[in-house]
Amino acid sequence: MVFDNETKLWLSGNEAIALGAWEAGITLASGYPGTPSTEIMGHFGQYDGVYAEWAPNEKVGLEVAIGASFAGSRALATMKHVGLNVAADPLFTAAYTGVRGGLVVLTADDPEMHSSQNEQDNRNYAFAAKLPMLEPSDPAEAKEMIGRAISLSEELDTPVMFRITTRIAHVKGVVEKGSRGEVPTPGIERMPAKLVMLPGNARVRRRAVEKRMAAAAELAETLPENRIEAGRGSRGFIAAGTSYNYVKEAFPEAPVLKLGMVWPLPEKMIRSFAESVEELVIVEELDPFLELHIRAMGIDCHGEDIIPNQGELNSHIVKTAVEPDSAPELFEPLELPMRPPNMCAGCPHRGLFYGLSKMKDVFVSGDIGCYTLGFLPPLSAMDACVCMGASISMAHGMSKALGKEGEGKLVAVLGDSTFMHSGMTGLLNTVYNKSSATTIILDNRITAMTGHQQNPASGKTISGEPASAIDFEQLCTALGVPRVVVINPHDIDETRRVLKEEINSPDPSVIISRAPCILLPEEVRRKKPTYYTNLDNCTGCTACVQMGCPAVSWHPITPEEAVERGYREKQRGYAEITEVQCNGCGQCAAVCKFDAITRREEQ
Amino acid sequence: MKQSGNILFSGVGGQGILLASELTAHAQLAGGYDVKKSEVHGMAQRGGSVEAHLRYGERVYSPLIDPGSADILVAFEILEAVRYLPYLHKDSAVVVNTQKILPPAVALGKATYPEDILSELTSRKINVVPLDAFAIAEEVGELRTVNVAMVGAMSNFLAVDPQVFLDVIDRAVKKPFREVNKQAFEAGRAAVYA
Ligand SMILES: Cc1ncc(C[n+]2csc(CCOP(=O)(O)OP(=O)(O)O)c2C)c(N)n1
Repeated sequence: MVFDNETKLWLSGNEAIALGAWEAGITLASGYPGTPSTEIMGHFGQYDGVYAEWAPNEKVGLEVAIGASFAGSRALATMKHVGLNVAADPLFTAAYTGVRGGLVVLTADDPEMHSSQNEQDNRNYAFAAKLPMLEPSDPAEAKEMIGRAISLSEELDTPVMFRITTRIAHVKGVVEKGSRGEVPTPGIERMPAKLVMLPGNARVRRRAVEKRMAAAAELAETLPENRIEAGRGSRGFIAAGTSYNYVKEAFPEAPVLKLGMVWPLPEKMIRSFAESVEELVIVEELDPFLELHIRAMGIDCHGEDIIPNQGELNSHIVKTAVEPDSAPELFEPLELPMRPPNMCAGCPHRGLFYGLSKMKDVFVSGDIGCYTLGFLPPLSAMDACVCMGASISMAHGMSKALGKEGEGKLVAVLGDSTFMHSGMTGLLNTVYNKSSATTIILDNRITAMTGHQQNPASGKTISGEPASAIDFEQLCTALGVPRVVVINPHDIDETRRVLKEEINSPDPSVIISRAPCILLPEEVRRKKPTYYTNLDNCTGCTACVQMGCPAVSWHPITPEEAVERGYREKQRGYAEITEVQCNGCGQCAAVCKFDAITRREEQ
Repeated sequence: MKQSGNILFSGVGGQGILLASELTAHAQLAGGYDVKKSEVHGMAQRGGSVEAHLRYGERVYSPLIDPGSADILVAFEILEAVRYLPYLHKDSAVVVNTQKILPPAVALGKATYPEDILSELTSRKINVVPLDAFAIAEEVGELRTVNVAMVGAMSNFLAVDPQVFLDVIDRAVKKPFREVNKQAFEAGRAAVYA
């Protein structure tokens, strides 16, 4: 890093959190990747004296962190917002057991859904699970607050939730360096009344939860992270997280109650602040969470009535929501062709989806990963996508609902990491309950979507050490799958043949579509020869264009140009490969019937 | 010296926008400013539109540039310059790489790449500074320096001494690529007023 000096660092929120965790004496972190939380784990793992790992899913990750806490270590579990749904089961009961070593459960929410399938506001989990929750508003605060989360966790004997959003995680700012405090020594201690949650013990702990939340609420009144910033004017704001930044920019003079702890709330502080202003505005992204609980105190305020409850805010939105007359004149946006993300040139997923796109009667029950982009035109080969692992179970549900009618028409597609995350139980059910749906595992040897994290099938740990790699063929066989067929999705003809055969068969077989992600470093180094177009041979049939590869583009031509180029007069255009973008998969050459696409000779 | 400012970077995933915004951030930090920068990772990187917001000043709270308040737009592709029109104001400077990258609908023949689209900016009296950054990169002999050439061109609009940028490149770029990146920066800087 360039700017870094003795006392200050230029860090993203995620880097700052990793540093904060290290300084706070956290020695174990476990989690599952998910934007915008992913980078925390990699950065944390680089510090001395810590252990970091990728768990197969968020539930496992949180349970690992709970275990470390029970052993007396300080621990961190990281996940994106929807990951907490997966980890909710251990979360709600760990709230009862409490902790031994400090335990932080980090959730990274994604207002605006930059990289997510929904926009849930995980502050609601703090309320529902009865857990304290901290929320920083920038990287510098994020680093400090991890330390606070650990001390609160140990003082109050509770897991502490830590909420960030995209504009904390992926914002860079200046962070003060600190030093590492005391690191507790772990050891086994048996305390069954606290740690064994069966009804008799749980009822006792249930009361402890209430006592602890009352203590947390009391503590919230004096916590330095909750503060009133005096100002001028009769209008006051309450805000937390990045919303606080927008208030400070939009109304720099106004009094603000900044909440660093968003649950439980400091009722006395809020009351006295509300009484000190004539008009109170709660500024928050997504749900009216603070507003709801502040209104429940009998305090009147503005909130959802003027501030949007969807998407991200910025200071412009806050300013114009509160003072509509202040809206500046803006240039209107123009209608322009959109530029959505696309599968990369050479992506193995493309071959598989190309095959599926040719099977018009088939309903493709999809899942979450790079391959979800198979939904986009021109392939348009995905018909449903809900949450990780759902592809298999949904296809099974459809198979049961449709009966005979569904035979030969149902297929589930999911990636290797997604299959490890939550696909195995679905597949087990599919076999056990006699589905007719076919399952396709898109095995590109890595968790690609979130930036190439290792997983239990990739053969390496987070630090790159060799590890056992699950054998999908054996695993599926062990789950009772009658037939497991492996294909290379770059081989278009073979892929289409196997798809037809397996989807048409009435039993729940598995196809493993296996070829490494084109962006894996070893693949990039392997530099394959590129392909080029022999424009003379192109008939403008668009077979290659229909694969949607970013390296192939269509050039429309007029009849005169067609004649000039020696094409038939009615040829409407020609396709061309941009060679610098080509990754040499050869899928386009395989679909060209006119010998217009050729592989460069190896040099 | 300007007390604060907003620099918006836009382009297509894979064009090196993160490094460009990172160099600029470091140069502003070296100039003694508080800086915040916002990026979007994940889905946005698969060839889609990407943007980075950089704000500097005495004390920066918001990491996001508001509509109508980007002082400089550094656009790595023509469409991606025009797409950000609502972020501009009448005194904005737009440094735009004259490269065209076809969006999927255009590559599929389902839409056309608008002709002479930059006139949408110039007709609104916005200062547009076109730059063939690809040609500069070719000339210095390293195609991956397009982003640094863009930073060089943009640096004309900042009060920062260009030497600060060169120092930042020295420290941020790996040795074998330092010299060509410095050349690309200088060439980009010179190209604007040449
Ligand atoms: C519960 C949950 N956790 C994490 C994510 C984030 N996420 C989306 S796709 C993905 C990985 C997909 O990897 P894989 O299945 O191997 O497919 P690939 O991207 O490699 O094609 C992750 C971690 C999510 N959407 N939901």
